[in-house]
Parts: sequence; C-alpha cells; structure tokens
Amino acid sequence: MVDLETFGESRRRTDAGTVVAYVLLSVGSVAMFFPFVWMVLSAFKPIREIFQLTVLPHTWTWANFQQVLFHTAFPRWFLNSLVVAGISTVSVLFFCSLVGYTLTRLRFPGRSVLFVIILSTLMVPTEMLVIPWYVMSTQYHWVNTYWGLAFPGLIPAFGVFLMRQFFQTLPRDLFDAGRVDGVSEFGLFWRIGLPLVRPGLAALGIFNFVGNWNAFLWPLIVAKSPAMRTVPVGMALFSGEASTQWNLIMAASALAIVPVLLVFFVFQRQIIEGVVLTGVKG
Amino acid sequence: MRPTATDLKSVDARDAVRPRRRRLSLGTREALWAYAFLLVPLAFYAFLRIYPAIQSFNLSLHRWNVDPAQRTLVGFDYYREMLSDAKLHQALKNTVLYAAIVVPGQLVLGLGIALMLNAVRRLRPLFRAIYFSPYVTPAAAVAWVWGWMYSVNFGILNNTLIAWSDFVTRLGAPWLSIPAQPFLNSPHQALPAVAAVVVWQQLGFQVVIFLAGLQGIPRMFYDAAAIDGAGGLQRFRYVTLPLLNPVMVFSVIISTIATLQLFDQVVNINFTDQGGPLGSTLSIAVYMYQQAFSKFQIGYASAVTVLLFVLILIVTLVQLRLLQRRVEY
Repeated sequence: MVDLETFGESRRRTDAGTVVAYVLLSVGSVAMFFPFVWMVLSAFKPIREIFQLTVLPHTWTWANFQQVLFHTAFPRWFLNSLVVAGISTVSVLFFCSLVGYTLTRLRFPGRSVLFVIILSTLMVPTEMLVIPWYVMSTQYHWVNTYWGLAFPGLIPAFGVFLMRQFFQTLPRDLFDAGRVDGVSEFGLFWRIGLPLVRPGLAALGIFNFVGNWNAFLWPLIVAKSPAMRTVPVGMALFSGEASTQWNLIMAASALAIVPVLLVFFVFQRQIIEGVVLTGVKG
Repeated sequence: MRPTATDLKSVDARDAVRPRRRRLSLGTREALWAYAFLLVPLAFYAFLRIYPAIQSFNLSLHRWNVDPAQRTLVGFDYYREMLSDAKLHQALKNTVLYAAIVVPGQLVLGLGIALMLNAVRRLRPLFRAIYFSPYVTPAAAVAWVWGWMYSVNFGILNNTLIAWSDFVTRLGAPWLSIPAQPFLNSPHQALPAVAAVVVWQQLGFQVVIFLAGLQGIPRMFYDAAAIDGAGGLQRFRYVTLPLLNPVMVFSVIISTIATLQLFDQVVNINFTDQGGPLGSTLSIAVYMYQQAFSKFQIGYASAVTVLLFVLILIVTLVQLRLLQRRVEY
C-alpha cells in the first residue's frame, strides 16, 4: 500500500513537471523558429511593408521571388551547389564504404597503420589546408571548376570511420559463405556488404549532402567568378547585387534555406542518426 | 602492382586467368585486392590531406613567392612576429570570449532542453526537429535575417524594444522601458550578438547528443535510486550527471573546437571580413583569411593556421585524457 501511494505521488509530480516541460519547450521552439518565419514572411512582403513590425504581410506578393529567380545569378548558384554536393555525396558513399569495408573485412599488412593515418587527418582543421589547397588549385587550374569546389569533401575520414563501424557489426561468416560460392572480392563488398549497411549509408549520405551544401570557407576561396559561386558564397556576397533591399535578400535567403529545411524534415531520422554517430566518435 | 591489375581483370574474365591466380596464396590475393581497393583513397589522403598539412607548416617557414624556387627560408620569423601582433592577440582574446559564451551556453541550454525532451512523449520528434533545424541551414543565409533583426534602425529587436517602451510608458511604468540597443554597431555588443547566433545555430547538435546520452542511461539506475529514496533532484545529481559525464566532455570539446574554427557566422553577420567594429568580432580563422586572401601574406597566414592546429591539438589531447577516466557503473 505504501509503495502504491509513493508511486502515485511521484507520478502526479512528473505530470506537473511534464506540463512545465511542454510549456518551456513550446516557448523555446517559437524563439528557435522565429528567424525562419520572419525571413519567409518578409520575403512575401512588398517593399513598402518591409519595415513594418507586423509579422504577416498585408499584401502577399511573389515579386521578390521572381526578381531573385529571374534577375540574379541565384539559380546558377543553386545548380552549382547541387552539382558539388551531389558529386561529393556519390563519392563519399562509394569510397568511404569501400575503405571502411577493406579495413574491416580484408587482411593485409599495414591495415591498422593505414587506419590510424586516415583517422589522424581528422585532427587537421580545414583552415590549415585551405592555403596549400589554393596554391595547388592555381597551379593545376582548379580555380573556378567543379572539381576545385568538390575535391576537399570527396573521402572524409569521418565517413571512413563511420562505415568501418557499420561493417564491423556484420558477421564474418556471411562473407566467407559468399567467397565459397565464388563471389568476387568486389562482389563481396558491392553485393553482400553494401546492402547490409544501408542505414549507415543513408545517414552518411544525407548528413554529408547537407554539410557540403553549407560549406563556406573553401568555396569562398576557390570560386572566384560569380558564375561558380555556391549558394552560401553567393548569399554572402549578395549585398553587391541587392544593396540592402531586405525584401529581395529575404526572398533569396528563403530560397537558400527552405530546400535544406525540407530535406531535413523529410530525412530527419537519418540526419539525427548521423549526429548521434558523431557522438560515438568521442 | 601488375598482379593486382590481373586480378581486377579477373572479375570479368575469371576463367582466362584462373591458372595464374591459383599460384597466389589466398592471403596474398586478399592483400592485393585490399591495396587495389585502397589505391584511389590513399592517393587522395596523401596528396590532398597529408601533403597540404605538411606544406602548410613548410609555407610558414618561408617568405612567399609564386615560384617555389624563389621562396626564401625565414625560419621561425613569422612565429616571432605573432608574439607582437596586436591584431592576432585581439583575435585570440575574442576567441576566448566566444568560447566563454558559446560553450557554457550550449552546455546548459543543450542539457536543459534534452532533459525536457526526455520527459515528454508526445511531440518529441517535432520539438527535436525544430531545435535542430538551424543546424542544417547555411550560416551565410541565416546571417542575413539575423543581421537585419539586429539592425539598429530597421531591426525587429529594436522595434520591439521601442514598442515595449511605449507600451509601459503609457501604462505609467516608464522604468520598465528598455532603450534601443546598438547590437552589431557597438564594439561591446557585437561579439555577444554573434555568439548568440552561434549558440542558436549549433544548439540542436548539442540537444541531440545529450538526448542520445540520456536515453543510453539504463532505467534500472533510476529505479534503484528511487528505491533508496532519492528525489528527482537527487536522481539528477547522483545518477544523470555522473553517467552523462562522457557526453558532457564530448559536448564541451566539440563546441570548443568549433569556436576555435569560428568563421562563417563572423564573416556573414558583419557582411565584411574586417571582423566587426574595431575588430571586436574578429576570430582566428577570419584573421587567417584576411592575411592569406586579402593581404596575400601567405607565409604569415600559414603560421597562424599552424597555431590554430596546435590549439585544436591541445583541446583534443585534453579530451582524450578526460575520457580515459572511464565511468564505473
């Protein structure tokens, strides 16, 4: 009887706590999401309404979006970002899993040394690499090319580490059985290994796509011509094209952000898994 | 490498090379395949990761010239120069200030929100998504809306402050009014204003990490503590906090390293690479960028990146040290 009473009491207390949690979380959510709401709604406002304090536009207009889409280089930047993020994601999925597979499933001299070397590159910050990269890029004419924009993110060590973790969970018998059945070494990776690490690939691929979409420092350096800018670089230098016409800037910002937010809400589970897996790293 | 090529071909023409392949022992064959698989990735790491890292150190010891043969060795001159570079010292001081705001801010808010998310059942995925959403958006784009919200004359923050002050004055309580703030125009407020955006943008990452950590704590510890008569606060103090320690160390280290590398938000919120009024928001990475790509002081900028590398290395080593103290269940 005593136990039941304390149980009931603690439950009632949690309920009060839960209500507080809901309230605080809701207030926090509004604060977190407000900049996006303000940005998108302002993008629908005509210029004369832009400095009014009202959140909703009185007159809704598509003119700002039309201006950005048809009279600025924004669509080109969008295409550039798609190409760069697309190239690197395909490369990351293939090479990170291939290296992760090789380092777990194949035995060869130097295996652990190579893994340590690859992992140690994680300690070198991008800032330390951009100057030599730029020197190389001018030397080999990689400036203003898709290759120049994409190469730094082709085989991230973190992805190798992640895929290695995934391949380690697979039973060795599976691959031995495949070998007995005469599957080639590449086939063991491609036909047996890869399909089994699909959750890892999804997390890595989407996480990586978003990361590359948002990359800023290196694209800012290597995209010298306006036509080769990615969305973040184009946005950073947008002032030259629109001065401070906030309605246009908000429309461009919304166009830069809303697609990423949509991708995120659709693939939320995979992206958050990707974050949790970086936690494993620590 | 010739046997490797033969082996690769054997994927398609297995029968043709079978007698030859048989001669290799199984172990050799496996090793050759491994090297073939690793050929491109290792070339990538050697040429685009390891060589540039060494090159960066090398550049910091030479006076820059486009022609490699013309680069003269200056030894540690650039490192000595850093000792008396007031602008660099300001960037370092700013980085400490950023860390002083961002790291505890993210730790406390991240843990608090994660604890609340852990307490609610319904709407948890929605809340988590909302808190995380700024993390996936490009800083260059969100910086515009923040810069505008901070704007002295046209920003919603000051407009709200003005509206609020009018409101309380009309109510007869003018002491409640808050004057409009200079935000990004003030050397004192610019850095905290940028730091607030950093916290806003990266908070979701911390929330997700903490939530995963909380969910990893076995339920039985709480039950055991409850049986021993521990209240909610005591359970938090004696169960949650100690068991969450590795996650907290990880969180602090990650946000410290991110603060050391702070660049996107600083550059974009001020719409200039000068680093805010009187350099008050200048970060190490932004200073490096100025030196290398505006002033073309390649050698000196390389030395700054080596400094940054050493700082990150120290933080990482501290992390390894702290995490070696295993948690005893």
